[in-house]
Amino acid sequence: MSDNADIVAEFLVESHENVERIERELVALESNPEDATTLASIFRSVHTIKGTCGFLGFARLEKLAHAAENLLSLVRDEELEYVPAIAEGLLAMVDAVKGALATIEASGSEGGETHAALVAHLEAMSRGAPAPAPAPRAPAPAPAPPPSGAIADTSVRVDVVLLDKLMNLVGELVLTRNQVLQLTANQPSSTLLAAIQRLNVITADLQEGVMKTRMLPIEQVFAKLPRLVRDVAAACGKDVRIQIDGAATELDRTLIEAIRDPLTHLVRNAIDHGVEDPGVRRARGKPPQATVSVRAYHAAGHVNIEIADDGNGIDSEKIRRKAVAHGLMSVDAAGAMGERELLSLIFLPGFSTAAEVTAVSGRGVGMDVVRTNIERIGGTVDVDTAAGRGTTFRVRIPLTLAIIPALIVASGGARYAIPQASLVELVRAPADRLESFHGARVYRLRGRLLPIVDLRAVLGDAPGDAPESVNIIVLQTQEQPFGLLVDEIQDTAEIVVKPLSAHFRSIGAFSGATVLGDGGVALILDVAGVAAAAGAVGDVARRATAPAPAAVPVPAPVDDEALLLCRGASGGVVAIPLSGVHRLAQIPVAAIERTGDEEVVQYHGAILPLRRLSTLLGEVDAGDAGDRLDVVLAGQVGVVVSEILDIVQCPAKVERRSPRPGVVGSLVVKGRVTELLDLGELLGTARPRLGVAA
Amino acid sequence: MIELCTFRVGPLFLGIEVARVQEVLRHLPIVRVPLAAPAIRGLINLRGQIVTAIDLRRRLGLADTPPASPANVVVRTPHGPVSLVADDVGEVLGVSDEDFAPPPETLRGPSRALYRGAYKLPGELLLHLVVDEVVRVPQ
Repeated sequence: MSDNADIVAEFLVESHENVERIERELVALESNPEDATTLASIFRSVHTIKGTCGFLGFARLEKLAHAAENLLSLVRDEELEYVPAIAEGLLAMVDAVKGALATIEASGSEGGETHAALVAHLEAMSRGAPAPAPAPRAPAPAPAPPPSGAIADTSVRVDVVLLDKLMNLVGELVLTRNQVLQLTANQPSSTLLAAIQRLNVITADLQEGVMKTRMLPIEQVFAKLPRLVRDVAAACGKDVRIQIDGAATELDRTLIEAIRDPLTHLVRNAIDHGVEDPGVRRARGKPPQATVSVRAYHAAGHVNIEIADDGNGIDSEKIRRKAVAHGLMSVDAAGAMGERELLSLIFLPGFSTAAEVTAVSGRGVGMDVVRTNIERIGGTVDVDTAAGRGTTFRVRIPLTLAIIPALIVASGGARYAIPQASLVELVRAPADRLESFHGARVYRLRGRLLPIVDLRAVLGDAPGDAPESVNIIVLQTQEQPFGLLVDEIQDTAEIVVKPLSAHFRSIGAFSGATVLGDGGVALILDVAGVAAAAGAVGDVARRATAPAPAAVPVPAPVDDEALLLCRGASGGVVAIPLSGVHRLAQIPVAAIERTGDEEVVQYHGAILPLRRLSTLLGEVDAGDAGDRLDVVLAGQVGVVVSEILDIVQCPAKVERRSPRPGVVGSLVVKGRVTELLDLGELLGTARPRLGVAA
Repeated sequence: MIELCTFRVGPLFLGIEVARVQEVLRHLPIVRVPLAAPAIRGLINLRGQIVTAIDLRRRLGLADTPPASPANVVVRTPHGPVSLVADDVGEVLGVSDEDFAPPPETLRGPSRALYRGAYKLPGELLLHLVVDEVVRVPQ
């Protein structure tokens, strides 16, 4: 029966294409009912579906297609006028066929759906035609579909799985070529060099060629828009025309899938929120029919998509009021925001300016999802609006995801790749040019204060030696640029993006990993995730997924040291240099287990020995007050403190040295005398049996 | 009678089904992943494929003193290969069901789920690891 299965598969592919075309053409026909060519094409496609269904024994689908064909033939013979009711009925037929195809694909049979009501409806419309003098002709035997054009003769269908495999192999080849290039960099042999040069060129060509095979025209997504616009406009009682440009613009097929939903949502939004009712438009002196235009074009290695409407624009005052009403910010903060900043608020979760919730939009679950989806594929979205004249959304996405240009940097002894798409510029500056804004480091870049984020701090690495000059990588995020401090800027490279396994899903700072030219592995930084982790983006815009700020040490200004303030058992405040702290955690008292005379807890799948700070300091333990303990993780030991109070930046200047082991001395922090601890020494004096990690 | 690929981690003598082992590799550089769970040792480059390496010492809650050249036991999982970093790899042993014993009642907590049981070999217990549990590292 596998022959039959093959035929059915073929039928499904063909019918999907036909149905798509019919849908497009039915909508086109509405604006130009006299177009005989389009009508003939619809007729042919319906006929083909009917014929194949009959051949394969899908009788119900055949009957449905037959009813539609009859109706179409009457329209074609000008015995019926192509009125919206007929268009409606035929589009309903298209939906029913789509459903039936899905059922066949899933189960191999038509299932129980008879489409009886729809068939009856179509037949009723056919009968509704005023009978002309000569009896209606029986539907003429439809012309056989004309031999397909040149494209069908020169193209083949290729399984996407195979293409993906080829893409992976080419990725590997690129890496191997890079390795060969590195290994032979100092080779004197000119014949070898020539061969390598050829390998280089051929690999590049092959990579480009394979990437092209995965490119699809964006038309795949755009084709559905006319129907969408028609349905949504009808549902909202608006008159909207869609104008599409650049449907031939190509991008990677994985990206086509990824932008489908965001794009649909933006168009839907433009109709529901953007454009006015015909009456209002007339009153404002605009043509009653609104226009939503969708344009795609390539620029600078990216695909740009613009969705523009000629509606009333977004009222930034309304956003301001809404932001205050939702408690997202104070009246003063909202008042101080500029137009662009206010506009960017519409991308926040739960934000909708629609006065009321409609079936189409206004639930406030849309724009943040749009942005998240676009950012997930390395794209950006922003918005422009002009009061009374309309709104334009600009979506910018990379051409392909699989291979991206990146900057390779070193930090804390490891290498990281930063996608060049987020890169604005590289700055090398003397270290003393970094200034402190109440503890937050900034750099004056052409008159603007650029927030500085130390990659070591974000990744929990110990601070490096203070260098004379620093490397600042200026990166663009949705909200604002920030500067990333790295130890060294190494190279630029084309990297093959490989996904990380589920073990790393909770870390927001990485978007994947790659194999570098020398065979080493480098993590790819997720620029938005790094910014969020370091708090370099505004408070309201901070992602829900950002790790708790306490877990990320604040980058220390040059002379100050970041200190963790905790309350000890005796109630006194102690300070621990944050550089020796790996993590802060809360552990339920119930989770503490005992092995011998030692307290341990299972943490991240490992056994973590616990040490009471009171015991380490030779004080009497006050017992556990709550049902959760604050624990400071240093190496592979957890130090239980009474309470974690704060993280402060201050000069770790000891006023009075202490003779007690593990206590450096006392200093004044926030007006209180505080004991500064040396955690390493403290733990060393009471060395746990399992040993302290280096 | 089943065949177990054996290896040592600290004082433990461990085994997993031979069929689950894809290969054993030494001297592979492991790239650390900052902010990852402590039991995750990092990433290795397995012929262009990036594979997560799990530190068996930490996963099994043992002392953190890894040997100079640990061995990567690459196992097959439904989500692709994962490397289990062990101190040393031994030979493949055929073990019989009559020597098998389930974990003792006194072994409690999450560690229990990591073991299917033990084979009572002369002078030593060979602990049979449940691969799918071992690779499921809590975050």
